[in-house]
Amino acid sequence: MSQASVSHPAGKSLIGNFTEDAFAAHLASHAGAPAWWLERKREAYARFAALPLPSRTDEPWRFSAIGALTVDGFRVAAPASAQVPAPDDLSDLDLAPVATLDFLNNRLAGSAVALPAELAAQGVVVVPLSQVLASSAAGAAAPGSAGEVLRKHFMAQAQRLASDKFAALHTAFVGDGAFVYVPRGVELAGPIVISHRAQGDGTAVFPHTLIVAEENARVTVIDRFASVDGAAQLAIGANDLYAGHGSQVTYIGVQDWSRSTLSFQLNSTVVRRDARVQSLNLHLGARQARHESMSQLQAPGAFSEMLALTIADGEREFDQRTLQLHQAPNTKSDLLYKNALLDRARTIFSGLIIVDPDAQKTDAYQSNRNLILSEDAEANSLPGLEIQANDVRCTHGATTARIDPEQAYYLKSRGIPPAQAEELLIFGFFEEVLDRLQNAELHAALTALIRAKFKVQPSQVRPA
Amino acid sequence: MSNLNATDTLETVAANPVEGIDQSSGNFSYDVKYEFDAGTGINERVVDYISGVKKEAAWLREFRQNALKTFQAKPLPTHWATRDLEAINFDKIRYYLSSGQKPKRTWDEVPDDIKRTFERLGIPEQERKFLAGVEAQFDSEAAYSNIKEAVSKQGVIFVNSTEGLREHPEIFRKWFGKVIPTGDNKFSALNSAAFSGGSFIYVPPGVKVSHPLQAYFRINAENFGQFERTLIICDEGSEVTYMEGCTAPKFSTSTLHSAVVELVALKGAKIQYITVQNWASNVFNLVTKRGLAHEEAEIKWIDCNIGSRLTMKYPGVVLKGRKARGEVISIALANDGQHQDTGAKMIHAADETTSTIVAKSISVGQGRSTYRGVVHIPRHLKGCKNNTECDALLINSNSRTDTYPAITVRGDRHAVQHEASVSKVSEEQIFYLQQRGLTEGQAMSLSVNGFINDLARQFPMEYSVELKRLIDLEMEGSVG
Repeated sequence: MSQASVSHPAGKSLIGNFTEDAFAAHLASHAGAPAWWLERKREAYARFAALPLPSRTDEPWRFSAIGALTVDGFRVAAPASAQVPAPDDLSDLDLAPVATLDFLNNRLAGSAVALPAELAAQGVVVVPLSQVLASSAAGAAAPGSAGEVLRKHFMAQAQRLASDKFAALHTAFVGDGAFVYVPRGVELAGPIVISHRAQGDGTAVFPHTLIVAEENARVTVIDRFASVDGAAQLAIGANDLYAGHGSQVTYIGVQDWSRSTLSFQLNSTVVRRDARVQSLNLHLGARQARHESMSQLQAPGAFSEMLALTIADGEREFDQRTLQLHQAPNTKSDLLYKNALLDRARTIFSGLIIVDPDAQKTDAYQSNRNLILSEDAEANSLPGLEIQANDVRCTHGATTARIDPEQAYYLKSRGIPPAQAEELLIFGFFEEVLDRLQNAELHAALTALIRAKFKVQPSQVRPA
Repeated sequence: MSNLNATDTLETVAANPVEGIDQSSGNFSYDVKYEFDAGTGINERVVDYISGVKKEAAWLREFRQNALKTFQAKPLPTHWATRDLEAINFDKIRYYLSSGQKPKRTWDEVPDDIKRTFERLGIPEQERKFLAGVEAQFDSEAAYSNIKEAVSKQGVIFVNSTEGLREHPEIFRKWFGKVIPTGDNKFSALNSAAFSGGSFIYVPPGVKVSHPLQAYFRINAENFGQFERTLIICDEGSEVTYMEGCTAPKFSTSTLHSAVVELVALKGAKIQYITVQNWASNVFNLVTKRGLAHEEAEIKWIDCNIGSRLTMKYPGVVLKGRKARGEVISIALANDGQHQDTGAKMIHAADETTSTIVAKSISVGQGRSTYRGVVHIPRHLKGCKNNTECDALLINSNSRTDTYPAITVRGDRHAVQHEASVSKVSEEQIFYLQQRGLTEGQAMSLSVNGFINDLARQFPMEYSVELKRLIDLEMEGSVG
């Protein structure tokens, strides 16, 4: 029985092509997975099918162009039509990854750099989710095994930023993803680079990255999202970050989907005692991109640094929602989201700091800075606080401004062409965020990525 | 025909007993013989009845009836607002009462029982003399006024809403319901259907009203909702300051206060509107206030909320003319059982308009204060500026504060800035003051007064004195 006929009042279907038949076919391809995995998928599918699409009066979707949010017209990705070479634009950046995983249309496409044997011997695991599922299918997963870690942490945190429907769709149809496990005390020298790519018109992809760092471990993960072609795709990605006691996790997300893609990226970060997580999301692609990021500071000494840079141009919309959840005393969070707006682009930043009643001595900061470079761009800011403890230091700020005319004049008087001057000033604006990266190679790599973006775009997208 | 049970309820409410301070002041209610009573609940008949009693023109009766339909059609805004709103039982509220009095000219003509009410408020003899120039609102009708005479020499019209719409429709009808349309929200619709009382003021071109115009509002019957309607029009180049303050009797069931205040500042005019709100802690205070500022005009809201169970009030300015200026100064104090959901709205609709919002809130005990704001700068404007500052002070470990601003800026020729902070009173400061011989409570009170001092100074003298006294009262018993 298909539910495809159940349609939303606005003429949009609740489930599109993600019918019960499509779901059954997807489950069939996961026949070897453990029972709990299949059960979770079934629950998620039921939730997805039942939940309504966001509506105009839903406060968590305020200012979003909800009219364009639909699952209609997309279907679960078929295997890639042809061999597509692995992305190599990072290879000349001197990053020296310790391991890479490359996914194309929800399936593992390759692993150019295999994890060194000595790290594997120390217990580090960097494998596709499918491998963990296959190895833990037979019998009960042993405590501490990869299967058990996956079960404990995969999409384990409740969605609190309102994309429940899309999160459920992700869980129901997630095909594969990256599983990164760093055991107690192990520090990785180089980054792990994961790439999720999509190919084909109407393709739906569900990239997933799960990172678990045990006590005092240290790891850096670069998660890349890109389209092989310029086709319109639906990408619903999720990443779960778990930073055990005293661990240090650095997460860099680079979203560069095709400019016709509808993208959702849902992040959940759990920070334990004295752990430190730094995440930086770079938003470059997609037609409409919603990014939800939630940090739970669960034990004293936990620190989450949440950073984001967005280049919004064309007629695109970038919708970022964040939650800094202080659940224990003496925790710290620091958020800095910067948007550069060009053309007719729109951005939405909606952030919330929640300080639980017992989370005294919380130190929370939240800042959204918008630089508007065009008369037709629109920036929306909703910086929110909900504080239920009194001995705290919580501040937030939001500014929206243009380029300082004096700076522009200075560059102009030095004979620098306007387009280049604009680029320089945007870099100046972004530098504050990039400077937070402690690793110089990472800093250089991201700068190069942003620069490359500028090289292509002005001629391609923006009419002179 | 009054079936009121508003007998002398001088019960001493000792929730927060403090030596030397009469906690029961403000908790009074005298039996007043109401001449007209529309019963409880609201429907077409009640609206017709109100309109009939007021001998209103047909257009106004129709306006009320349409507003009633809008009110009934609109859902409660609980998708963003607190669910506490669901506790309001609209059928138990009394929508119209009048003692049938004509506005009085002199103090002598004011009925004795109403004078006693003033006495209960503890207004000193000296101040009472000063207040002789006050437009005092008793229940729905103006019970007392004489500043009118002084200002009418300048051509100022200062009347209640009924008189304004009946005697001066050529002036007031043009703007009535234009700044805040009936359908703006559920409560502005309710007010538009049931309004009575309030002040209608017109200041002619170039006239600067030297004395602030004042009105005291007071609810004095159980379950009696009060729906004042105020419209102030300042013609080109004129200036006026208007003050409203309220202390309400304490009743056992919730009361609803839902006013609509519209300000119109024509070219170059200046309006300053000051409110000190101290309703009893069972009152729902759901007020819509908005001003329309034309070219180079200036509208400033000074809004202080201390009382009520739930206040939802976001004074706004629509900056319609070039170089118009809007300002909101907001102070909120939420004690146990109270939720002060206040803020500001700045809608920029012309070039080079500027707006400023400064909001300070204090949460005591389990009190909750919320800042909610909107700053909107649409396309094709240039040189707009907004600056917003919100500071919250949390006194006890279980106090709560929220901040929910929404800022929309289109275009690259504006500068908008929002800053907010949350803090507590510094322990060092309290320690220092205690070293100097103050009790902890006095030290806390002094610190809180210091926190809002820069804003309190902007109030007229007697208000800032009253404010300080109210804060002292609220802070007593909050520590230790």
